This record gives sequence, structure tokens and C-alpha cells, in this order.
Amino acid sequence: MDIKVDVRESKGDSYVVDLNGEIDVYTSPKVKDAIGELIDKGHYNLVINLEKVRYIDSTGLGVLIGGLKRVREHGGTVNLVCTNPQIKKIFDITGLVKIFGIYDDEDAAMQALV
Amino acid sequence: MNQPVVHPQGTLGVVELRIPSKAEWVAVARLAVAAVANRLNFSIEDIEDVKLAVAEACTNCIQHAEGSGQIQITCETGPDGLTVRVCDFGGSARPEGIRSRRADEPTVGGLGVFLIRSLMDSVEYDVNPDRGTNLVMTKKVAH
Repeated sequence: MDIKVDVRESKGDSYVVDLNGEIDVYTSPKVKDAIGELIDKGHYNLVINLEKVRYIDSTGLGVLIGGLKRVREHGGTVNLVCTNPQIKKIFDITGLVKIFGIYDDEDAAMQALV
Repeated sequence: MNQPVVHPQGTLGVVELRIPSKAEWVAVARLAVAAVANRLNFSIEDIEDVKLAVAEACTNCIQHAEGSGQIQITCETGPDGLTVRVCDFGGSARPEGIRSRRADEPTVGGLGVFLIRSLMDSVEYDVNPDRGTNLVMTKKVAH
């Protein structure tokens, strides 16, 4: 079980983090490091693409919440791309749908950043 | 809270697994329990629920039970569903580690137990500083 993390620059000063795999207590530090590195470099508008994420647990959610808290301190935001019904369900029952902007595709998530 | 639906006399089969109390082994536990759940008439969505609940329970053991070397996962399959026991043998399980809450405000941590309670039909905890934590959770099969 692993997670593949790819970071790419997008429009303006925004960045996209593509995640592919499973995010759990073992793999979430890798995601945390990637997001933290972007924020440390001053990039506060992020789209995290979860389309290829097959599984996420509370430690993965914690990493996303932590990233959102940090970028909000600088007036930025984190939008998510998520189409997997099981993962959407996790965001729904934890109430995180009220905190994150969750979109069906990357273009919509990117447009909502600006 | 609902009582567990599987009683010893109605148990169809028992599967036991013991993993090291380390993050890299949680995936093994959740996949093994998912395979057991797959033997019953659970929907794919229900199997995913069980998988996540078991992973959260194991993660809780790893994060909140200091000094535990092993986590034991016992699956009891019955005609009405699946009961999963997750036990650690930690010396100092911390009850605050199993507090449940929603994520209405953006803080990190504490979501695991909320997820377990949301995804399973019944959940019971026995937290003992000497024996460690024993979590029993049940998922009913929709007939």
C-alpha cells in the first residue's frame, strides 16, 4: 500500500497536488510533507486532487484539515477534487463538506480558488 | 446503543489476526477484515465501512496505547452480521484518545472514533489502564 504524490504549478500562484493510492496512518506523512513544503514556500492556494485516491482514513483527513488551517492563516484556501462516492461519504459524515470546497473536476476546483 | 447481534451460539466462524502495533501493518488488518466481510452478504459499501472502522480502531491503538507491541483483531461471523474485536495489550491506554467528535471546526485528530461510531451498528469500549483497550463493534447484514 502506498500513495503517489505529484505536485504541479497551475494558474496564477496556485498549485495542484495529485494523489494516487491509499491515505492512511502509514502513508499520510508523505502527503503532509508535500502540502507542508508548498505552504513553507509561500503557496497558499491549493487544489488537492483525490480522484485517484481509493481510500482515506482520519489521519488523511487530519492532514487535509491541517493544510487548510495553515493556508487560511495566509488568506489562502484548499479545494478538493473528489468523485469517489465512498470518500465523499466520509467527508459528509464527518462534516468536512462544510469546511472544504469539494468539486467534481479540477477546472471547477481551480476556478473556485480565484 | 444496539447490542451486538452475533452471540457465541450463533457464530458461524471466527478469524483471528495479530499484527505488530505499527502503522505499516494497519493495511493488512483492514484488508483481512474486508476479506472476511466479503464472505458474508455485505454490500460493497458496507465492506468499505467495516474496513475503515477496523483501520481506525487499529490506528487508535497505535496512537494512544503506549508500550503495546501487538494488536489482536478477532472477527466473528454470524447469520446476522460481523462482530470485530480489536484489542491492544498496551500498558497505558489513554481514555481521552477514544473521545468522539465531529469535524465541524477545522482541528486535527479525534475523528477516528466518530467515524467508527458512524459506520458501525454498535460499538463498545472497555478501556483498562492495565489490560489495554478492547473495542467491540458490530455491523449487521441488511437482509
